[in-house]
Amino acid sequence: MELSRRNFFKILGVTGASVVAVKGKARAWESKAPPDPFGCLVDLTRCIGCRKCEQACNDVNALPKPDRSFDDLTILDTKRRPDEKTFTIVNRYYPGKIDERDQLIPTFVKIQCMHCQDPACVSACIAGALTKKENGTVHYNVSKCIGCRYCMVACPFEIPAYEYFNPITPKVMKCTFCFDRISKEGGQPGCATICPVEAITFGKRNTLLKLAKKRIKENPADYIDQIYGENEVGGTSWMYISGVPFEKIGFNKLPSEPMPKLSETVQHSLFSYLWSPIALYGILGGIMWAFRNNGDNTEIENNGGAR
Amino acid sequence: MSHQAYPLRAKLWTPGVLVLSALMAIGAVIIVARFIGGIGYVSNLSTARPWGLWIGVDVASGVALAAGGFTTAFLAHILGRHTYEPVVRPALLTAMLGYTFVVLGLMVDIGRSWAIWKPMFNWNTNSVLFEVAMCVMFYVTVLYIEFIPAVVEQFKGKVNLPGLLGKLNAPSEFLMGLADRILGKIMWVFIIAGVVLSCMHQSSLGSLMLIAPTKLHPLWYTPMLPLLFLTSAIAVGYPMVVFEATIATTSMKLDSEMKVLAPLTRITILLLGLYMSLKIGDMVIRGTYVYLLDGTAQTNSFLIELGLGVILPWLLLLSKKVQTSRRGLFITCTLIVLGVLLNRINVFIVGYKPPLGDSSYFPAIGEILVTVGLIAALMFLYRFIITYLPVFSAPGKEVSS
Repeated sequence: MELSRRNFFKILGVTGASVVAVKGKARAWESKAPPDPFGCLVDLTRCIGCRKCEQACNDVNALPKPDRSFDDLTILDTKRRPDEKTFTIVNRYYPGKIDERDQLIPTFVKIQCMHCQDPACVSACIAGALTKKENGTVHYNVSKCIGCRYCMVACPFEIPAYEYFNPITPKVMKCTFCFDRISKEGGQPGCATICPVEAITFGKRNTLLKLAKKRIKENPADYIDQIYGENEVGGTSWMYISGVPFEKIGFNKLPSEPMPKLSETVQHSLFSYLWSPIALYGILGGIMWAFRNNGDNTEIENNGGAR
Repeated sequence: MSHQAYPLRAKLWTPGVLVLSALMAIGAVIIVARFIGGIGYVSNLSTARPWGLWIGVDVASGVALAAGGFTTAFLAHILGRHTYEPVVRPALLTAMLGYTFVVLGLMVDIGRSWAIWKPMFNWNTNSVLFEVAMCVMFYVTVLYIEFIPAVVEQFKGKVNLPGLLGKLNAPSEFLMGLADRILGKIMWVFIIAGVVLSCMHQSSLGSLMLIAPTKLHPLWYTPMLPLLFLTSAIAVGYPMVVFEATIATTSMKLDSEMKVLAPLTRITILLLGLYMSLKIGDMVIRGTYVYLLDGTAQTNSFLIELGLGVILPWLLLLSKKVQTSRRGLFITCTLIVLGVLLNRINVFIVGYKPPLGDSSYFPAIGEILVTVGLIAALMFLYRFIITYLPVFSAPGKEVSS
């Protein structure tokens, strides 16, 4: 192995210069959330568990028809999760409230993609197949997807599902926020248009936040003072208000820091402009040069220096 | 020179190799089934558990246990400690095969294997996985380049292909001559690149889980994950070399290379000690020791990982008796290797418990058979290559150790 002295000095020089130049540019993490996205407010005090939203979602997205009819409410006896054939589902909870005849009052919870403001899945996606659109949608572009399923690992709401039984061209399946429909003037997601009790309100996220706060303020006895999705994981486009504590009805407690913040901070502080690999390369090169005469340098020439 | 490598020319089709072949064949059948019926047909992967045995063992553990490649390259070629030369090429071969099988394992696991090239043209520089993938891609290339000299040594001036392929004799000779002339001069570029790329993706494999704080058990979830992954990979590098060299030299009836292996384990006291103090220090600072006695499967798995896989072998390494005994070193190094293997399994499988969906997961028989088949194929190729190419340089058993 011949190492030219001049080359090594060059590398070391370049490395030193680039490390100095780049370290100054390291910035704090910034949210990439769109400023004025659409959203949906789900008022759990209104939902009656009719499953019309499930049916509308199935129609609008041309999903496979389920085995059991959408009119069959006995399906609510079991807790379900969205899957590769179902973008949204409604679950029934009995959080313990009792009506005047001593009957337990159910709370129905609709589950779908929350369309996070700073989505973990978008940050995780190896090829940028998932993106956060200006209108609030977390959008999936199958033509970039390789099927690594890191989005599913990353999602704090465990929403993306996978077509595990498609051998060659499986897709990640999740609520699309009816991207095509809401991209048109006046368009709304299928589930929001069908809801008979207006439990789902579609609109600008900022407007919905005001609406939610107004409802809570005007009926403090009916609501708990929390908007799930206002601050969770940095905010989500879909938000919920409820009469019972969220942890009793299947919502998990989440930090208010956006999920990608830590990993992106680590990645960018280490690898922006590849400063650390370049620096390491330079340092190792320096060491290699310094130790070049430690024993013999070639394997073929037999000097026996190693012994 | 004492460390001239030579092809071992031992008998290839031993009973052990026949067993490997059977395991490979079974694995191949399951892989065919996966590409006919889909991932769900042969695995227990689900919405809540999208990553299982294949990612935890074939990919994450495969990468960690191939760390001997860059750690020995650093020692022998960058620090110029040429006494360690005899273990460099076996370690390089393990790394080369290890990473090849990481890629093969990925091809089985990802849904759209044919689209694996797409990230090269659709960069998401926010994605940890993107960085890992790019590093692995470049590092595999570097490993293959580093291995070219072994092929050239064996075949240069001796290419004699049969029949029609004979036309390729002259071009092959030309290419090998070219490689021989050029590679020696520029190999340092690749050697350093290999170490840099390894440090990058070994650590980033740990960063992968930083995005899922609500899913990974607090005993493992720490902002230090990348550092723990890097230090554990560096710590397992030399023990892995000892582990495989001991098995290979025993199996092939070679001199045990104790002269080289013993000092490697002395370096390991320092490297494993560093990993151990970071791991324990992290646990103390974050206060996660409160979980240690709660008796859950996850906690017990952590206790085994830390106790039997890190602390015990570290203490054993301090003993003079272990340091001078081939068997002692082998057992100790095996514990370290298993400890790091269990760490990767813990981070990607055992410790991963999503709170909402059905988080139960145990690998399906199909997943296990694919993993076993891939490992068998790796071992078979290893044996095949050391039989026909100059990798080992230990003399036969007649030279007593």
